[in-house]
Amino acid sequence: MRDLYDRLSALFPLGTFTEQRPDLAFISLEPAQLRSVLLHLRDREGFTHLVLLTAVDWLEDGQFQLTYLLANRARACDLGLRVRIDRDPASMDSIHDLWPTAATYQRELREMFGIDFPDSPRLQDDFILEGWQEIPPYRRDFDTLRYARETFNERPGRVSLDPATHMRDQPLTPSGR
Amino acid sequence: MALLTPDRSQYPALKPDGTLDIDLSSGKYLKLWQGPQHPGITGNMSVELTVCGDEVVEGKTHVGYLHRGFEKLMERRTFIQCFPIVCRICVPEPDFNEYCFAAAIEELAGLEVPERAHWIRTLILEMGRINSYLMYLGGQAGSLGLGVIGQWATYARDVMLDRFEELTGGRIYHMFILPGGVRDGLPEGFASRMEATLRELETVMADIYDTMFCNAVFKRRTVGNGVIDRAWIDPYGVTGPNARAAGVAKDLRKDKPYLVYPQLDFEPIIGTDSDMYTRADVRRRDVLLSIDLIRQLFAKMPTQGAVMAEIPNVLHWTIPPGETYICGECSRGEYGYYLVTDGSGYPRRVNVRGPSYTHAMALLERMIVNANIADVAALMVSLHTYPPEIER
Amino acid sequence: MTQIDMKPELQPRRVTGPDGIEFDVEPLRDYYCPELPKVEPPAYLRIVEDLFNWARAESLWILGFGTGCGAIEMRPLMTPRFDAYRYGIQWRATPRQANLFVISGYLSVKTLKRVIRSYEQMQNPKYVVGLGSCTINGGMYWDSYNTIKRLDDYLPVDVYIAGCMPRPESLLAGFEELKRLIRQGKCEGGNLYAENFDWYKANQKRVIHDWDMPDYNW
Ligand code: SF4
Repeated sequence: MRDLYDRLSALFPLGTFTEQRPDLAFISLEPAQLRSVLLHLRDREGFTHLVLLTAVDWLEDGQFQLTYLLANRARACDLGLRVRIDRDPASMDSIHDLWPTAATYQRELREMFGIDFPDSPRLQDDFILEGWQEIPPYRRDFDTLRYARETFNERPGRVSLDPATHMRDQPLTPSGR
Repeated sequence: MALLTPDRSQYPALKPDGTLDIDLSSGKYLKLWQGPQHPGITGNMSVELTVCGDEVVEGKTHVGYLHRGFEKLMERRTFIQCFPIVCRICVPEPDFNEYCFAAAIEELAGLEVPERAHWIRTLILEMGRINSYLMYLGGQAGSLGLGVIGQWATYARDVMLDRFEELTGGRIYHMFILPGGVRDGLPEGFASRMEATLRELETVMADIYDTMFCNAVFKRRTVGNGVIDRAWIDPYGVTGPNARAAGVAKDLRKDKPYLVYPQLDFEPIIGTDSDMYTRADVRRRDVLLSIDLIRQLFAKMPTQGAVMAEIPNVLHWTIPPGETYICGECSRGEYGYYLVTDGSGYPRRVNVRGPSYTHAMALLERMIVNANIADVAALMVSLHTYPPEIER
Repeated sequence: MTQIDMKPELQPRRVTGPDGIEFDVEPLRDYYCPELPKVEPPAYLRIVEDLFNWARAESLWILGFGTGCGAIEMRPLMTPRFDAYRYGIQWRATPRQANLFVISGYLSVKTLKRVIRSYEQMQNPKYVVGLGSCTINGGMYWDSYNTIKRLDDYLPVDVYIAGCMPRPESLLAGFEELKRLIRQGKCEGGNLYAENFDWYKANQKRVIHDWDMPDYNW
């Protein structure tokens, strides 16, 4: 995968390169470069299959990381492109014209993270949720437990230890996290 | 072939933004909802059809009826606490979730899995694959009116579920694969009872071949119908049997061998015609392939050795920061987990890539155009989609 | 009820038919009946009511709507191995022909809306069976923002079958229990729904934020 990175970095300004496995690597880059790199990878390097497009919320940095994962079947390897964008307002160029399936991923990201992809088809339609009025649920600052407690009635008699905090509060925790 | 070059002459014009200009009040079009409460739908989802006469002009898939917010819930659970819930992401073939998630954790935590656990994992995945295909065969036949195949296939699946129960203790959800290995070895005499089950399965498959694949009605309605163009495979992210029926030997078991597949002897099943019949046939032959693989597994599997690696105290298990993607070939295509960790005891982000995500949305919406209403159900089933893995 | 955007097909509009005649349609008025559900009194004689209940107990027709993971065990239930047809249980494709609604597991808010519509379209007497721990107290999705926790807040439930997921044997046992209750005349879910209609509606509207259908649609 290193040779691919060397070839790419001769053409585009790229960020860090992480080789996770011999057949999987991640490259960071700037949002402005993304489209041309994707086109180059698709048309010249044989990364024709868009495996997934998803986001990671780095709340503490105030950024979203978008991951575009591409697969090259002939070389049997996957390449992930990491792009960091601002969290508020979150907006990114749409790639639905490169891969029609990307439109579906972008609809999901719009709904679950509130990332805008101008011009992506049917972006404003409801995809998974219906009548959602809170902040997008996959954002880190959305508290699902509080929302569930406020919205749905609990049946008396049920005891649930919150998995997110219960073990943390146990005395044995090594790191205190 | 009508599907490849949609004849749009009598259909609505395209608006500048690329959507169809459909005037519902013209009386020419009718809007029909198929699902979620509908016998001709694959699980809890729906398609919104706009029809002109009995031809579909536009179809929109609506999902989200099964959304539970897994990716959010997993961020609030420690790594080991995620295991009871990951298998519920895809109901008919739950083991893939466990395998992909466990493998992703092992990779990021740097765990070495014992050899024997790899074999048992492969065995479980192949058994699950057979189950999933049997569900499909029943559904595909049922959508074309051959109800009896559903009865036989469900019976055969039940026999296989018995083996699962014997091995793992659960019928549907097994939670057998854990990070570091599997929970247990094989029970006493499992191989011989498995062999009996496989024999039974082979009889059922032969019956299914005679009754379904040689049936004139079934052939009439599926041959040459619902074609996936080879050119669509990459843009629409088609994987698995849907792609293999089009003659593209996309099989991750061969392309990117994982577990013990490199040590097994097999060739990916491919078809040529890419219509509904070929897709059903590829899946039928895949069942036979899985039966063969299970036999090979039993012949080559080590019978002694550890099945679980030494793992840290799972209750306070932190994993160093990193990100990875693990994929495997499930019965519907490429199933993958994208896992990001940040050094804490909880996953930072888990994203599940279900093959149905692309098949049921973009591809189905594309294929449904110009189909006959009566074929919509069969077309949908022939893509073999499971809604829970679309919306998680 | 806050005003929300109706889907275009639900809005009142003027339509030209294929034969050129113009007419008004107002889907909410034309396609739905404004009547509210009524309590159905029992038959005039106790023995007649018992006879009815016996007959009802022996023909449980399930609505074919798999709402959650539990739906996957319904198929083995209806096929030769467990063969629920022996007990007069069978699938129906439409709510008009069904009298038993099996809520097979977790209900997301989006499905709940469809479930309510299907339930209201079923004819009286009608029964609801909640399958799995998700319908009882939220099960393992107790902290999820999109699944309900107690089914009996939204629909009158006759029998719960516990388990995650319940095996076909426990489904059969649950149906036997339901039959026993019906024969005793204890399954009055439809009437309960009519009597406490406002309470159920208030609960339903608390979680379904975009209520764009009439209150009672049968
Ligand atoms: S109780 Fe268990 S099996 Fe049933 S719907 Fe809930 S999670 Fe699924």
